[in-house]
Amino acid sequence: MPTVEYKGKTFEVDEDGFLQGGMDAWCMEWVEYVKEQEGIQELTDEHWKVIKVLQDYFKKNGVAPMVRILSKVTGYPLKKIYELFPSGPGKGACKMAGLPKPTGCV
Amino acid sequence: MALPKPDELLRDVNYDRMPAKHWMDTKPEFRPGAYCYAGKPSVVEELGLPFPREWQPHDEDWKLPPNWKEIVLNAIKDRAERFRSFKLFMDICVRCGACADKCHFFLGTGDPKNMPVLRAELLRSVVKGEFTRSGKLFGRLAGARKLTEDVIKEWFYYYYQCTECRRCSVFCPYGIDTAEITILAREILHEIGVNINWILEPVRNSAFIGNHIGLQPHTIQENIEFLLMDIEEITGLKIEVPINKKGAEILFVTPSADFFAEPGIYTFMGYVLLFHYLGLDYTISTYASEGGNFGFFTTHEMMRKLHAKIYHEAERLKVKWILGGECGHMWRVVHQYEDTMCGPAPSNLEVPKSPITGTVFEHAKSTKIVHICEFTADLIAHGKLQLDPSRNDNYVVTFHDSCNTSRGMGIFEEPRFILRHVVNNFYEMPENTIREKTFCCGSGSGLNTDEYMEIRMRGGFPRANAVEYVHEKYGVNMLACICAIDRAVLPPLMNYWVPEVQVCGVHELVGNALVIPGEKKRTTDLRFQPLKGVEEEENV
Repeated sequence: MPTVEYKGKTFEVDEDGFLQGGMDAWCMEWVEYVKEQEGIQELTDEHWKVIKVLQDYFKKNGVAPMVRILSKVTGYPLKKIYELFPSGPGKGACKMAGLPKPTGCV
Repeated sequence: MALPKPDELLRDVNYDRMPAKHWMDTKPEFRPGAYCYAGKPSVVEELGLPFPREWQPHDEDWKLPPNWKEIVLNAIKDRAERFRSFKLFMDICVRCGACADKCHFFLGTGDPKNMPVLRAELLRSVVKGEFTRSGKLFGRLAGARKLTEDVIKEWFYYYYQCTECRRCSVFCPYGIDTAEITILAREILHEIGVNINWILEPVRNSAFIGNHIGLQPHTIQENIEFLLMDIEEITGLKIEVPINKKGAEILFVTPSADFFAEPGIYTFMGYVLLFHYLGLDYTISTYASEGGNFGFFTTHEMMRKLHAKIYHEAERLKVKWILGGECGHMWRVVHQYEDTMCGPAPSNLEVPKSPITGTVFEHAKSTKIVHICEFTADLIAHGKLQLDPSRNDNYVVTFHDSCNTSRGMGIFEEPRFILRHVVNNFYEMPENTIREKTFCCGSGSGLNTDEYMEIRMRGGFPRANAVEYVHEKYGVNMLACICAIDRAVLPPLMNYWVPEVQVCGVHELVGNALVIPGEKKRTTDLRFQPLKGVEEEENV
């Protein structure tokens, strides 16, 4: 399994760079690593709100929320989420929050 | 690797170029974008499939089991004995070439091994070389070769570069069904632990949770309630969707993406509005919460295992018959394997009969499963629906025949009949790209994964090309389809090749057009887009 080394930490990731250990392996260094990868200048409260909503939802449901639910709960339209996370809610925000990649007809 | 720009992608395609070497001497190149990731060991293990291990197709060493060759040869022998179709297809090809340019992957890559004749030959040559006297004696002269690790890699590359769409078989004078060859080749590869994760993880989720996405019961309920709030906002109607209701007349089974991902969720809203309009006594199940069946892309046994849940649930909930949603390969399974592998249907099921029109669906006498387009077309034919097609006037629509429902079971007319009643602007794509000659979306049979994007954009090119034709000629801006893989993969395909065109399910358009007693005057469609004329009206 590929690994990523960042600021003294080693993370196991899948082929697309999603964190394998889930919430247990998730930490500030991971967030900073994805931030750098995503080319995000500065993490704001708005980024954190999205991350928190994703993590809370995942803990309850075991999957990422529908994009519409993410928009409604955060109050951010999809366009805004793309501004915050240039790779989008899945590859950007979910990755930073430590969620796995979605599967199936999606 | 970033995806090349659309005008650069197909530059390397040259159908006239003769390969420099004999096909048996060329090897596939496992470069990013041209293969799918291998099954994760945990997923393979949980499914009880053989040889879970860490490996990737780009590795030199695939860590095959020591006796891999023996396993594969036994598997070929076993399948040849069990499946007469396989034995026949390995025998009868005359290399007439009718199939050669019919494959979307050949058209999008120019790779000769994507000609269906050669795709089958990849396996046929080994059958000859390992099992026939002429092959053993004359080798390459007789079109025969030995089984090697390079052959396994080549099989993996090309049998996962076939979407089992069966367009080639329409043109084959012998009726050779390359899809069946691909299905069996993948099944054989599974025996030595060669597989892809994008298929196996949904299979695992479906087997252990109930659907490909891994939606648990409370999540399904929450998602549906969320969509019902949207419906209320748009129509003013308070609707309930029965979940796991015992004794309902009908069990409704649809792909799980319909209650998770755009644009499937709009299709789901369409179903729900229709059922409300009819006062239908139905239920959704959180256990049989998946119409799709990635098991069908794995092995026959896995297909049966996943499909069995639908009948189990129909029995447990004591419904009378089953209504299936807009799904692709679900229908191939229902139509072609239901009686032989998945049946017989539980005894509480009856021959499906529409409670609204009284139509008895005789063709579903043994399976007890009716396609929602058959159901809705029957309602329209009996004048049971009040429809206002002008609510879809923002859209100029064309219809993509999903391979499995068109070639797999002959659903050609029903969706078109529905579309002609729910939209005012409907145009067909060219004749050789629709109905039984439809071009695949390029990502079917479980290849709809992101890491495979380059091949998907190549394979989807012929479909996109036909869409572009009607877009330019008639201003088509909406591509309707009746398959969840289509709804997942056609948006990125359109975005790449014809960005002006959106994608929807047929029942989304039904939901827009349906004039429902008690609803408020609609100002937007199910996507919250203003209806045509509304903005101008409000500005007056």
